[in-house]
Amino acid sequence: MLADRDRIFTNLYGLHSPGLKAAQMRGAWDGTKFLLEKGRDWVINEMKASGLRGRGGAGFPTGLKWSFMPKQSDGRPHYLVVNADESEPGTCKDREIMRHDPHLLIEGCLIASFAMGAHACYIYIRGEYVREREALQRAIDEAYDARLVGKDNVHGWPFDIYVHHGAGAYICGEETALLESLEGKKGMPRLKPPFPANMGLYGCPTTVNNVESIAVAGTILRRGAAWFAGIGRPNNVGTKLFCVSGHVNTPCNVEEEMGITFRELIDRHCGGIRGGWDNLLCVIPGGSSVPLVPAHEIADAYMDFDTLRGLKSGLGTAAVIVMDKSTDIVRAIARLSYFYKHESCGQCTPCREGTGWMWRVLTRMAEGRAQKREIDMLLDVTYQVEGHTICALGDAAAWPVQGLIRHFRHEIEKRIDEYAANPADAGVRDPEMMAAE
Amino acid sequence: MSVRRLAAQEVQPASFAFTPENAEWAGRQIAKYPEGRQASAVIPLLWKAQEQSGGWVPEAAIRHIAGMLGMPYIRVLEVATFYTMFALEPVGEHFVQLCGTTPCMLRGAEALKKVCHDVIGPQKTVTADGKLSWLEVECLGACCNAPMVQIGYDYYEDLTPESFAALLEDLRAGRPVKPGPQNGRHASEPKDAVKTLTDPALFDGSMVGAWKKRFAEEDAKAKAEAAGQAVAAAANPEPAKPEPTRAEQQKSDSPVARTARGKAPVSAEAREASGNSASSEATTKRRAKTAATVEPTDGSGTKRKR
Repeated sequence: MLADRDRIFTNLYGLHSPGLKAAQMRGAWDGTKFLLEKGRDWVINEMKASGLRGRGGAGFPTGLKWSFMPKQSDGRPHYLVVNADESEPGTCKDREIMRHDPHLLIEGCLIASFAMGAHACYIYIRGEYVREREALQRAIDEAYDARLVGKDNVHGWPFDIYVHHGAGAYICGEETALLESLEGKKGMPRLKPPFPANMGLYGCPTTVNNVESIAVAGTILRRGAAWFAGIGRPNNVGTKLFCVSGHVNTPCNVEEEMGITFRELIDRHCGGIRGGWDNLLCVIPGGSSVPLVPAHEIADAYMDFDTLRGLKSGLGTAAVIVMDKSTDIVRAIARLSYFYKHESCGQCTPCREGTGWMWRVLTRMAEGRAQKREIDMLLDVTYQVEGHTICALGDAAAWPVQGLIRHFRHEIEKRIDEYAANPADAGVRDPEMMAAE
Repeated sequence: MSVRRLAAQEVQPASFAFTPENAEWAGRQIAKYPEGRQASAVIPLLWKAQEQSGGWVPEAAIRHIAGMLGMPYIRVLEVATFYTMFALEPVGEHFVQLCGTTPCMLRGAEALKKVCHDVIGPQKTVTADGKLSWLEVECLGACCNAPMVQIGYDYYEDLTPESFAALLEDLRAGRPVKPGPQNGRHASEPKDAVKTLTDPALFDGSMVGAWKKRFAEEDAKAKAEAAGQAVAAAANPEPAKPEPTRAEQQKSDSPVARTARGKAPVSAEAREASGNSASSEATTKRRAKTAATVEPTDGSGTKRKR
């Protein structure tokens, strides 16, 4: 188990004050000026050497991302945008950072902005997090009062930080949709290239980072890249916030080392699976967008990017959704399909039409009202959606369905057989009329 | 995506204007964004308008905000209909948004939906007393505390059908309620089993500044190394570079290397020489010699050949 001393988010559960004084006692804002005086290249090299991979889902190396920003400004301002639009089902880690450890985030914003030559930072927080937004704004006001940030601050890097919020669109978690939304438009993803590092917010060089990736920066620089890189397994290093939800005895957020085994994570922090390990059906290991992994494959797997990719799934945001054998797995995935149907922005046809189509077919399959050949047809449609859209929402909608068919085809077939054998029991239903909503 | 339309004309108010307080607040929001980018403030302003109009956005407010921000009306209407947190129709005083996505569904959101049906009625209907209305929404991001609902701006987490029904009754009767987890948890910690973050050294300030030792050590080490290297360099001077071998010399004289130096890949004399006579050993030797002569940059190797 990770030692308490090696944990970055020491107030994860909010048992202590989130205020500036208490945060400083816990080590936030400690020697930030000293770190900045080491220079921009040192900061970026140290972040690269730490091996930190972005915590927003894709796992792109953070230091590398920072280094994409132009070294010299061509007259346009640079921007840092923090993605706090945490909406991936299963994920609830950034919320804890913003309401309980906001000063780590604000300090990280200053460091990251310095490293990429930005003087302004926008934090885009999801609309539903009203209380978290207030908590974050309180912390920012404290930091302004203490002259830790602002035009004329003690760190000698003029820096303004603003909180912006959305209004309930999952798609705004995609970086270019987030920028569109921040510019006051509908959150529809942009084509890339041009990448945000060249043309981002207001057409200026911009980097978009997840809250957790930014908030760990200060501690990594203080304790050293070697310390961070020494935790975990090769290429999957450092500590990570895991959000465990679903059928465990005590669901919780917990900071653990990358590459902890699933069994250890659940037994140590979550009180085990509801009804014991034999009752485990499957797990979605990285938020709703990744395919599920059946019990026998996940039980002793390492929870890191590369191992889970080997299991044809992914670590994503490390939002672990556990399902025991009482779960109606087809309905659970059908509900996810409904989520993607609801959240598709409607820009690309395969996603706009495909998500609704997948949801309707899955809903019928959950009852058994389908033909077996439709399973292959559904699988085929997922491949038609995947990779044929501007952003990754199409992929994210397709993967859970692919995972379901890969591992639980027998379950769908069983239902179809049951329904075909005894349709009267299920009651003869009129076909559901679906409005073109 | 879903089709969202404005409320019927009968319920739309005739006009909308921000209260002086809110107008001042709106000005501060617009100031957050660079000159000419005031459109960025459209979501915060619509939000404030929704607050002021009792929880929903009337058409007049959309027009008013479009005027304030210098945006075409259709652009603001797009935003208001795209983002699902803008209610376009009147809602109850306590607007219940119930999370029904899979993580909450696994922990019993369906039972909560049934409570809503029993207590309030179908989705989007406002109770006769105007107190309650509800809507099933997508993941609200509190999955470790599932199942949960958002009422107004507050999250009510770790619900059971009983505690949720009691909560709705309390709200309807105007009794005070406590936001957050309803089962005695503080936040998202494992209930009654916190095993981490218990080390008092994390919170008493004893770890502040300890990390600087590493930098001091590294500095000292780097200085010592630099000094050591200087001494070593003085003691044994670096041996002179040996002359390039035949193989290296040819390599550095290749067409590729010549192009890299900005010369023609094959020198003019060499080309002429090869064109003049059949290739005999003597010509080859001469050619090599000419090539070496025209490129004196080759250094010692060339000299040796001469």
